[in-house]
Amino acid sequence: MTTTLKPAAATAATPVRRLGPGALVLRQGRLEITQFLRSRESVVFTIGFPVIMVLVFASIFGNEIAPGVRYTQYFITGMIATGLMMVSFQNLGIWIPIERDRGVLKRYRGTPMPKWVYFAGKVIMVVAIGIAETALLLAVSVALFDLQLPSTAGRWLTFGWVSLLGVTACTLCGIAISSLARTARSGSAVVTPVALVLQFISGVFILFTELPSWMQQVAALFPLKWMCQGLRAVFLPESFGAQEPGGSFELGRVALVLGLWCVIGLMLCLATFRWTTKRDG
Amino acid sequence: MDDELAISVRGLRKAYGDNVAVAGVDLDVHRGEVFALLGPNGAGKTTTVEILEGYRQRDAGEVRVLGSDPAHPDPHWRSRVGIVLQGTGEFDQLTVGEVVRHFSGFYPDADDPDKVIERVGLADKAKARTHTLSGGQKRRLDVALGIIGRPELLFLDEPTTGFDPEARREFWELIRDLVAAGTTIVLTTHYLDEAEALADRVGVIAGGRLVEVAPPNRLGNRQEALATVSWRTPDGARESAESATPTALVAELAARYGGEVPGLTVTRPTLEDVYLKMIGHS
Repeated sequence: MTTTLKPAAATAATPVRRLGPGALVLRQGRLEITQFLRSRESVVFTIGFPVIMVLVFASIFGNEIAPGVRYTQYFITGMIATGLMMVSFQNLGIWIPIERDRGVLKRYRGTPMPKWVYFAGKVIMVVAIGIAETALLLAVSVALFDLQLPSTAGRWLTFGWVSLLGVTACTLCGIAISSLARTARSGSAVVTPVALVLQFISGVFILFTELPSWMQQVAALFPLKWMCQGLRAVFLPESFGAQEPGGSFELGRVALVLGLWCVIGLMLCLATFRWTTKRDG
Repeated sequence: MDDELAISVRGLRKAYGDNVAVAGVDLDVHRGEVFALLGPNGAGKTTTVEILEGYRQRDAGEVRVLGSDPAHPDPHWRSRVGIVLQGTGEFDQLTVGEVVRHFSGFYPDADDPDKVIERVGLADKAKARTHTLSGGQKRRLDVALGIIGRPELLFLDEPTTGFDPEARREFWELIRDLVAAGTTIVLTTHYLDEAEALADRVGVIAGGRLVEVAPPNRLGNRQEALATVSWRTPDGARESAESATPTALVAELAARYGGEVPGLTVTRPTLEDVYLKMIGHS
């Protein structure tokens, strides 16, 4: 413990930070991705779950649900949406309470790091893992279950904006719901039931149109139903639009509801986010 | 504004509902000073320190830390203040080196991460995941993160809890190095020997108030306190007397016993004695 010491930092002339905002955000994103990939349970849960579900369900049910559309394709589309929700909403809703409980958030707040860098780091992690997870799911589905990749540039574009809006809404809601959990352990107890119920009522496992109409109406209040519907416009034939409850894929409405959830999620984050636990003041 | 003061506090108050945690604290800490805050659990130590660190909002009072109000911390101020919290913030998936290097990026004039890791005695653990560290080693990592930005003012909230005696001595050496380099240090501790070894001045806080502020050897008028002279009478019973002139008393006893006084001791109150008396446990 002996080294020569330079005197403490001089005051006025020193810049606020050595690194610019861009570099800070990239470092934070890299740190978040490293932490995610090293925690085995989140890798298995977040990336493995959708793939395993596709392998199981798509192998069991291969029946046609409409001319030229098999249940497999419908289910895979729903699982892509579910995967995006897991990597954003569930992942953050479970991990942020753990970090808050361990005092990681409090420690960040004691440094000159601007607060928004923490969230930007999470967003980078969500986007990177989301892309990797979706690519894996698509590769498995194309190889084993004859899923057709989007055939036109327009469909890729739809794929892009539906995913982006959906992930944004779910990320913000995940950050917002993280403040409901009082301890590290309760994060998953708060988030998992919400996510699971949404999967059942939003037409992931069961054809949406076969659900009771009240259930459809409840599901239509939340983002997952609209993410699934938007992605069906990408992966299913155009003719399937007629089978949707609204008689078409209603992409305008998809954009509207997901956009609205982005606003709601952002307001909830700003109103409720806590850097310390309750017992910590 | 007095530039010689690192911290200036007047009439600080903070309550949680009906529970008054800090009930009017006045305090000055000079630049380059080591100030130790002593007090039992629940006395208001951590609340006071966390207000100074910019973590908690006060209800009333004037507070300046490095010339700014800590209620509105900006990044520049944050870069000049180092914090070692009581609880550890753990990054289970990362190694010691990764965490320290990452935090060094937050500061304008950060120290070399490898050097800091060595200084806190974790050089051989630099590549270890933080969850494999012992309690004392985790605490050293906390200290490393507190000093990585080369702060002008360092807060240490019970820094040596969980250290073995050797680690504590090493930690004290580190603190003395920092002080020699001009760092101001505010420390809370349960260990009176630690306060005595490190602090220029000690503040005793009890029931949300600063009961006394003094150099450790003068706390509770320790220097002027009566000495206790104790000896054994011929029938084996122990007798003792308090005296302002213990030498005279010992000479008198020596004359009375004609040489050696059986079981003779002369003591003055220890820091612990005066501390316990102040916080009302005498």
